[in-house]
Amino acid sequence: MQPNLTDKILELIRRTSSSLPKDIEDRLRAAVEKEEPGSAARGAMETIVKNIELSREKSTPICQDTGTPIFYVHYPEGWSTRRLREQIRAAMAESTAKSYMRPNAVDAIYDQNSGNNLGGDDFPTIHFEEVDADQPLVIELMLKGGGCENVGRQYSLPANDLGAGRDLAGVRKVVLDAVQKAQGQGCAPGVLGVAIGGDRGTSYAKSKEVLFDKVGTRNENPELAALEERLTEEANQLGIGPMGFGGKTTVIDTKITGLHRLPASYFVTVSYMCWAYRRRKMTVTGDDVTYD
Amino acid sequence: MKSVTTPISDETIRDLRVGEPVLLNGIMVTGRDAAHKWMIETFVKKTKEPKGDDLQVYDALKNLLNGSVIYHCGPVVAKDAQGEYRFLAAGPTTSIREEPYQADVMKHFNTKGVIGKGGMGAKTLRGCQEVPFVYFHAVGGAASFIAQSVVKVHGVYKMEFGVPEALWVIEVKDFPVVVTMDSQGGSQHAIVEESSKKVLDDLLAKPY
Repeated sequence: MQPNLTDKILELIRRTSSSLPKDIEDRLRAAVEKEEPGSAARGAMETIVKNIELSREKSTPICQDTGTPIFYVHYPEGWSTRRLREQIRAAMAESTAKSYMRPNAVDAIYDQNSGNNLGGDDFPTIHFEEVDADQPLVIELMLKGGGCENVGRQYSLPANDLGAGRDLAGVRKVVLDAVQKAQGQGCAPGVLGVAIGGDRGTSYAKSKEVLFDKVGTRNENPELAALEERLTEEANQLGIGPMGFGGKTTVIDTKITGLHRLPASYFVTVSYMCWAYRRRKMTVTGDDVTYD
Repeated sequence: MKSVTTPISDETIRDLRVGEPVLLNGIMVTGRDAAHKWMIETFVKKTKEPKGDDLQVYDALKNLLNGSVIYHCGPVVAKDAQGEYRFLAAGPTTSIREEPYQADVMKHFNTKGVIGKGGMGAKTLRGCQEVPFVYFHAVGGAASFIAQSVVKVHGVYKMEFGVPEALWVIEVKDFPVVVTMDSQGGSQHAIVEESSKKVLDDLLAKPY
């Protein structure tokens, strides 16, 4: 009999909303010192670090935009995904009542906020992936704010205005264009998730999926790994800086992934993740639940 | 650091310059996408008939916004056992979405400041000079930190827009912001956009 995990999922949501993962926090702390003392960019980074500490201490949302909740559930063979979905949805409504989450689901046709972060079949977004029966249940959650979601972009190559052809040289050009167009509006410093290929839908989904990995992990393809590092470095040359105030750190990290495409299509999709990079994971092995 | 308290005079506004850090104090009103669209359609352009409590809210807003500040914010709010509201998380939302409306709203209500993030465009910058008003940039995402500056929630209008979109009347103390668009035509956002575009063009011209 599969356990009722509603309370454990509620705790996953609380942690995700109020406490940034260590890999992100370390990068943000390191970025403070890079900005000129007394500059607006330095002030913004100092405030960001204070806010991270305060949110964790008080268990309040890091950002008032608690974002689109995106769940990836890796469930052992034999588990009921219907029950897991019900438990995730119950935890989502409860987390909203407890103010871990802002009521964020608005019916786009009738302009009505549902008030509990549940809306239709697609809010919250839940992806299920079956694993072997002897594996633990793993639930990953990302909360992606609307400001950064709005500055994400998709390019269909060739993009002649940028001189971007259907190769990695072209990918580099459109990604840099996306960062320049975003300015500070995605709450820089951000992290870039880049998907090359797919159709429009799968390309967007993949560009977010890649953001579940820790910052600093590189693509196993050496050419893509080099491009990831080069893009981060060149994006920072743009000088947009924290909040777009002008400064040294615009992008903390870049992640690139590929997927198969049609001969006719060559999409490059850039998902921009704000500095409030809320991403957590829970692992359930028997009665034991751990969070990281 | 300079401290500015609402209601704000035109002289105070004209003295503020891009890059200046400011601590804001006093009463202000939150408003974002639904609120701006509603204010423009119902009271400024009058393309929609007022309905429900629209006219009573309008009377209240005329007083509240005169000389005050609109904060682009959709907060996380808790209600305590006594029924009092409290802001738990209250950072700025992206302002550029209000670009079609902002200057007209500010002019209509004689409002002296906007707080948001990401900056605004040419129409708003012209409005800054005409009304006059300034754009105050708060740190995006710093929601728990900024919520500490909100010392009291005085009330809320248009709850039917939903919690994030409602107009919350709040009192703030030492709310830290930076002026990024001033009443003399200065815009930090225009400067960074132009300089980053030059760098981008150079980078795009480089061989792979």
